[in-house]
Amino acid sequence: MFIKQISVFLENKVGVLREVSELLGRANIDMMALAVADTQSFGIVRIIVKDHEIDPALDILRANGYIAKVNNVICAEVQDKPMGLASLLAIIEEAGLSVEYMYSFLRGSTGGRARMILRLSDGQKGLKVFDLHGIRVLEQAEIDAL
Amino acid sequence: MPTREHLIYNPARECMSRDELRAWQGARLAETVKREYENVPMYRARMDDKGVKPEDIRSVEDLKYLPFMEKTDLRDYYPFDLLASPRSEIVRIHGSSGTTGKPIVSGYTANDVEVWSEMMARTLTAAGCTKEDIVHVSYGLGLFTGGFGAYQGANRIGAMVVPMSSGNTQRQIMMMKDLGSTILCCTPSYATYLGETIREMGLVPGRDLKLKAGCFGAEPWTEEMRLRIEELLGVDACDIYGLTEIAGPGVAFECLEKHGMHINEDHVIAEIINPATGEQLPYGESGELVFTTITKTGMPMMRYRTHDICTLTDEQCACGRTLARMGRITGRTDDMLVIRGVNVFPSQIETVLVSTHGVAPHYMLIVDRVNSSDTLEVQVELTEDMFGDTIGHMEAVRKHITNQIKSVVGIATKVSLVPPKSIPRSEGKAKRVIDKRKL
Repeated sequence: MFIKQISVFLENKVGVLREVSELLGRANIDMMALAVADTQSFGIVRIIVKDHEIDPALDILRANGYIAKVNNVICAEVQDKPMGLASLLAIIEEAGLSVEYMYSFLRGSTGGRARMILRLSDGQKGLKVFDLHGIRVLEQAEIDAL
Repeated sequence: MPTREHLIYNPARECMSRDELRAWQGARLAETVKREYENVPMYRARMDDKGVKPEDIRSVEDLKYLPFMEKTDLRDYYPFDLLASPRSEIVRIHGSSGTTGKPIVSGYTANDVEVWSEMMARTLTAAGCTKEDIVHVSYGLGLFTGGFGAYQGANRIGAMVVPMSSGNTQRQIMMMKDLGSTILCCTPSYATYLGETIREMGLVPGRDLKLKAGCFGAEPWTEEMRLRIEELLGVDACDIYGLTEIAGPGVAFECLEKHGMHINEDHVIAEIINPATGEQLPYGESGELVFTTITKTGMPMMRYRTHDICTLTDEQCACGRTLARMGRITGRTDDMLVIRGVNVFPSQIETVLVSTHGVAPHYMLIVDRVNSSDTLEVQVELTEDMFGDTIGHMEAVRKHITNQIKSVVGIATKVSLVPPKSIPRSEGKAKRVIDKRKL
């Protein structure tokens, strides 16, 4: 299953990332994972929070003039050792899928397992392929319990 | 006293006495107004509204009784409803930007093409062009009048034309060098860019290039730019003025005195008006420039408001011409911008934005001049509809808006997506343009 992620549009200028962090921090919202993508003129920050914190987070961001959206991503486990990620990517590639973006999810990565957040060109197909190859995918409930 | 030798293409017309000229103008004006009244329902209706009949217009003094024309009229009667000649007599169409999505077009009869060619022949001759010269045309050849105007004028003189059109600067310079071009026609900003590139390539004007003069127009420029171009290219840089509605480039031109642009007054009558009241202002006063064509038959223009602000003078010029001169354009009475020689109205861009799905109507245009070339940045406020989670999506949105603007306005812009509400809201008329160019 997919998990939920918040994406926020950022102007590429000093202080915006701090402001987003502060807004969420003051509301006591815990960012469990975060990744920033940037271009010359703008950036997108992607944030994973627990399910019940998603709506409050969106409200705060929007109230402060940010454009924010929720979208579905996959949280997949790989072996936390050399070639661990490479073998996951090989599966994706073989299935004819591409990675639109990816970042690591450090919270609760234990027992020689690392967790990756992925957005694939076709998420539904990705989930099927991972299932077929025995790649463990985390559910939203598991994220919320971390 | 003339400071140097002046060539005059048509001395009989360009040097006639002011009295002769006024008599000539009056007769042509009366003919043209009659043609307009009889052939164009819009003119008839407007004149009837004002209670003016063609027979009331006998001399230049009667001009003030006639109604004004606006660019919006060319949009409203687009494309052929202002033709004063049968459609089959129209041999050419040119166009430029309108104030919204559609361009405006002008139809030329064979006579009108000849009139325009004559104007440009005078323009080039005034810059020193003879049939011995090689005229390098870097104005775009197309719907835009710049390229064709220069081509026709050079043709009329019998000079050799190199119709380069715009773009590919390295190749332009190679041709200029190999052919030994002597006269350059392009926008002043492109002339500067060419000059800088020539220097960067290690070429020396005078040694490697034979350029001697240039006719630069289609956008406002300054005395500082003139000196810079003259130094970079080793030429006499002459200003020219024109607009599609009236003919194209060559409506007015500078002679080598470089002291204002001579208006081809045997073909057009120029007035300066108070833009607020429409009242005529005397020579010397600054106001809005208005043109009336008196020899065109395809799409003649009655008191066409250019929205350009300048002054006129009929003081005798040292070159020997008696044609009145207009000063540099010092501003606009509307919000039109000239970007790399192309007329751009903020309303055109607004039309594109509001018709693009998900785009908010809040935008800001930032105009600048970087490396001698105008840049236009369009800041667009992002909406949730436009926001996608990947850079690829956002770039696609940006590209889409850029392409839409390009297709309507005709120039490349840099579209920037900015956060919602980041563009200042104003209480009254929104400020849509920041022009950082120092003109």
